[in-house]
Amino acid sequence: MPLTHLTAGFLPLLDSALLVLAHEKGFAATEGLELHLVRETSWANIRDRAAIGHFDIAQMLAPMPLAASLGLTPIATPMIAPIVLGLGNNAITVSAELWHAMADQGAPGDLAAGPAGAALARVVAASPRKLRFCVVHQTSSHNYELRYWLAASGIVPDRDIEIVVLPPPLLPDALGTGGIDGYCVGEPWNSIGVATRGAHIATVKASIWQSSPDKVIGMRASWADRHPDLVAALIRAIYRAGIWCADPANHPEAARIMSAPAYLDTASAIVARALTGRLDIGGGVTSQVRDYFIPHAGAANFPWKSHALWYYSQMVRWGEVTQGSANATTAAATFRPDLYRTALAPLGMPVPSADFKTDGAHATPSIIAATTGSLTMGPDLFFDGAIFDPDALESYIATQRPTA
Amino acid sequence: MKCAQSALVLFLGTGKLLAMPSPDLSVLIIDENRIRASIIEDGLREAGHMRVAVIHDVNEVALTIQATMPDVIVIDLENPKRDTLEHFFSLSRAIQRPIAMFVDRSDGAMIEKAVEAGVSAYVVDGLKKERVKPILDMAISRFNAFSRLTRELEQARSELEDRKLIEQAKGILMRTRALSEADAYALLRSTAMNQNRRMVDIAQSLVTAAALLGP
Repeated sequence: MPLTHLTAGFLPLLDSALLVLAHEKGFAATEGLELHLVRETSWANIRDRAAIGHFDIAQMLAPMPLAASLGLTPIATPMIAPIVLGLGNNAITVSAELWHAMADQGAPGDLAAGPAGAALARVVAASPRKLRFCVVHQTSSHNYELRYWLAASGIVPDRDIEIVVLPPPLLPDALGTGGIDGYCVGEPWNSIGVATRGAHIATVKASIWQSSPDKVIGMRASWADRHPDLVAALIRAIYRAGIWCADPANHPEAARIMSAPAYLDTASAIVARALTGRLDIGGGVTSQVRDYFIPHAGAANFPWKSHALWYYSQMVRWGEVTQGSANATTAAATFRPDLYRTALAPLGMPVPSADFKTDGAHATPSIIAATTGSLTMGPDLFFDGAIFDPDALESYIATQRPTA
Repeated sequence: MKCAQSALVLFLGTGKLLAMPSPDLSVLIIDENRIRASIIEDGLREAGHMRVAVIHDVNEVALTIQATMPDVIVIDLENPKRDTLEHFFSLSRAIQRPIAMFVDRSDGAMIEKAVEAGVSAYVVDGLKKERVKPILDMAISRFNAFSRLTRELEQARSELEDRKLIEQAKGILMRTRALSEADAYALLRSTAMNQNRRMVDIAQSLVTAAALLGP
């Protein structure tokens, strides 16, 4: 059977792994797909080239298809996300200098978001200049995570500190000499900052919001409508790549594949850190982070509509989109659990039965209903103890209004 | 908006400016490639645009925007700092310079042509499409011309290197097998044909082998 050619854009980040592995390990070919992977230099290029159809599909920041569907992007093409490329993977890394100041203010160095944030708040209050943090794109999970962590730690973004934008590969070099004090980014760029710039990982996404989504596969809604079979085949290929990537026995090979010049172009020992969760957090300290990057477990690839709504709530919170039921409906409609369920039905694997869930209420693993049997979900706490109930969206947004 | 439109009519009315599209617009070019930047700059100046500024690093954009107040900003798509630039624009709404990408979101063909050429443009919101389009057309055609030029140069360079390798291999054969130049060339050619490989590859193998075996 001849393979159908799909062009896929990606950025050099560890969570392009499922896309890369679907290609390299033959999961795409099994589904009749030939993936042509194109590494891009900026999220803006991913967004624009996906919008005009240079890319059939692309690794995208979870809020990116929302922004496109909500008309916030230059070429406002409705986009959908039918599968998530895993949970976690981001961290917040600070310069050696800032880390010393945070440690002086009581940061314990255990990656826990609460104490690290409290220490940073004391540093910010005492600092004679405004600290500058970096994220990778405006409508990015990183921007919202960083802001969430800062705000819940008593720091008002834009007033107390400055947030600027740089693409991931430029972040480590920008630290210190480049005039930035910290950044929020996916791996391997935190570990590279530690290895090459003496930086320190202050906290991780897995501590700010446990089991939270970061990257998705995005595509034009019109393209998905025209090619339902290709979308289903792609979902299965990525899903299988997730199962393979989650097996610790495969971590060395996955690290070796991802380290290649065409992908991350980084030593495989650095790439392996995020896969195994064993991070060098700086100053010679190694920390085993539970659930640092989750490629499969706990329905990690399922596009929860409630997660789309959480990102929408943050877009409203930071003034990027106006609050309204029409916008909320558009945001939720961007994530497509229905396509995911249909695609996986032939495999007989358990898929969540619901489209929405509450986050922040589970400190321990919990069981949910699935299409076949049940699924065990990982803990989903926000570090500040908040609960996100998609049925109480308006009141959630109301409690989160920035104080400045 | 109204003002800009009547200004345009005025220009058209004077007749002699007809061939000079919107000479009053200020254009900012951001390109890390200095040669390409100056090719675009020259093109715009030739077309009558006198207010053209060029920077090579996105970090200079804040100062330059204040100094030149550009109506159109052209940036190459390879530039990894496009996200940085866009974020700057979103902040600069506060200083009354709303900026949208491309002239008209509905003009898909133009956007596609631009992205294919590797160029992206940001335009101060509210400018008329007719005024900006010639600038974008110019940028797109100069970007394409530059890629063509780069490709041709690359090709010429590799052809030159191929020729040098073949000369070297020929010299080795002449020295070690006491062949005439014509015979050495013929031997390289027949070996390439017999092995179904390119002559330059045979030459490369020979040069490498000779280097390994020593003088």
